[in-house]
Amino acid sequence: MAGGDRRAAAAARHRLLPEGRVAGPMPWIIAIMMFLTVLSAAAGLGLGAAVKAMGADLAGRATVQIVEANAEQRDRLSDHIAQALQKVDYVRAVKPVPATTLADQIRPWLGQDAASGDLPIPALIDIELTPGQTDAKVDRLRRQLSAVSPKVRIEPHAAFLAPLAGLLSALGWLAGGIVLLMTLATGAVVVLAARAAHDSHRGTIDVLHLMGATDVQIARLFQRRIGLDALFGGALGFTVAMLVIVLLGARLLATGSEMLTAIQLPWTSWAILAALPVGGVLLATLAARWTVLRSLGRLL
Amino acid sequence: MSAIVQFENVGLRYGLDSETLSDVSFSLASGGFYFLTGASGAGKTSLLKLLYLAQRPSRGVIRLFGEDVVTLPRKRLPGFRRRIGVVFQDFRLVPHLSVYDNIALPLRVNGMEEAEIDAPVSEMLNWVGLGDRGQARPATLSGGEQQRVAIARAVIGRPEILVADEPTGNVDADMARRLLTLFEALNRLGTTIVVATHDLPLIAQVGSAQMMKLDRGRLSDPTGSLRYPPKPQVNG
Repeated sequence: MAGGDRRAAAAARHRLLPEGRVAGPMPWIIAIMMFLTVLSAAAGLGLGAAVKAMGADLAGRATVQIVEANAEQRDRLSDHIAQALQKVDYVRAVKPVPATTLADQIRPWLGQDAASGDLPIPALIDIELTPGQTDAKVDRLRRQLSAVSPKVRIEPHAAFLAPLAGLLSALGWLAGGIVLLMTLATGAVVVLAARAAHDSHRGTIDVLHLMGATDVQIARLFQRRIGLDALFGGALGFTVAMLVIVLLGARLLATGSEMLTAIQLPWTSWAILAALPVGGVLLATLAARWTVLRSLGRLL
Repeated sequence: MSAIVQFENVGLRYGLDSETLSDVSFSLASGGFYFLTGASGAGKTSLLKLLYLAQRPSRGVIRLFGEDVVTLPRKRLPGFRRRIGVVFQDFRLVPHLSVYDNIALPLRVNGMEEAEIDAPVSEMLNWVGLGDRGQARPATLSGGEQQRVAIARAVIGRPEILVADEPTGNVDADMARRLLTLFEALNRLGTTIVVATHDLPLIAQVGSAQMMKLDRGRLSDPTGSLRYPPKPQVNG
């Protein structure tokens, strides 16, 4: 069949159902659902990436605290501990936190007097361990440091950030659940729309059926129509959702917060988001086909 | 002539009602011209529905083109339906399609290539006297014109059987005569024609036709040649 003839045949087939795409509510409902699905998926993927980044960052990090009220002894002990830590083979980096940084961090709560020296603030040393067996290494280090002085403590970062990571992880799973629910709801909307379209075109379907049209021939008419509706709605919802994600991303970056900027989407996540409208069109097309074939199956 | 349609003790019941058709047995020869007559509610339309495979019987055997269509798998029915043209009592034209596209429907359903469709459709439009109304919508046509479109659509695929339910019900006597002439022409080409009507003068115009009469769901055979020789009854 020549190209022109094929197009003419396709156009003739498409005329079998009255035009009126985008006139009904279905494309708009799919647009809203796609918008919410993409946002939920982006949230889930972003939070997942943040939890992963946080875990990777924190897994090998710990802070050594020297809790000594006497400033002179604290400084001496801090220097001694820092030197000792640098000799430990599984400690990759040792970084004493400057007193000024500590003062800056507690100033919002304790005011200007925080840096006066009258306040017994522990000295802190950030350390980074070599990868793997973090808990065991921290335990070993704790024993070694306790032997040096009972005033030295060690706190792995993962321990105090674990609740936050858990929260982010739970939110990520919640977003994933929302994506699943939206997918089911989209499928249900398409099934209802296909049934409604099937009922409203019953006369045409009966005529085609009695002329010898096969179920698949008739179902194709509906799946094409609904697929086009889903394509329009999916593209619209996806585009608006992308704009929102880009705007939110800019806002997150503007906060300068290390934690919030950790919510980033790697390219694989963008690819998953881009696949959502394609999946939506496929889901709509298959749901329409299944619904119409089921309805036709009840006819002789 | 071989039998193209065979009904054996066919009964049709809708739901729990009494039978609409009871013990209907007849055989139609290939290339014959048949009228089905009877009072309103006698079961003419129900019998035609069985014939054009819109309904399965509650009991009995129906053979079309030599095959038992009662037990035929559903997926094979479209192939049989394509061999039967139907003129519905209410025309059932597709309202959003032009006259041309309505007539072309069976060809498109059959998968005919678009380049091959124009010639037969144009020929058919001229045949039913609607050569200049091809792009009109059915709603803009008179009842008689719609009837002719329905007939053109039923015959364009050169069906082996043409089933028409009251095809002259909406046309004047002159148009009825012309439609009958169309059917006779088609019949001469070998198509088996089955026309349901209660227009007895119309039946009289086709000398070679045979008549089946339905009375409260039971078939009588006024022309005496419909049935195969009855099978001998086996008693005990």
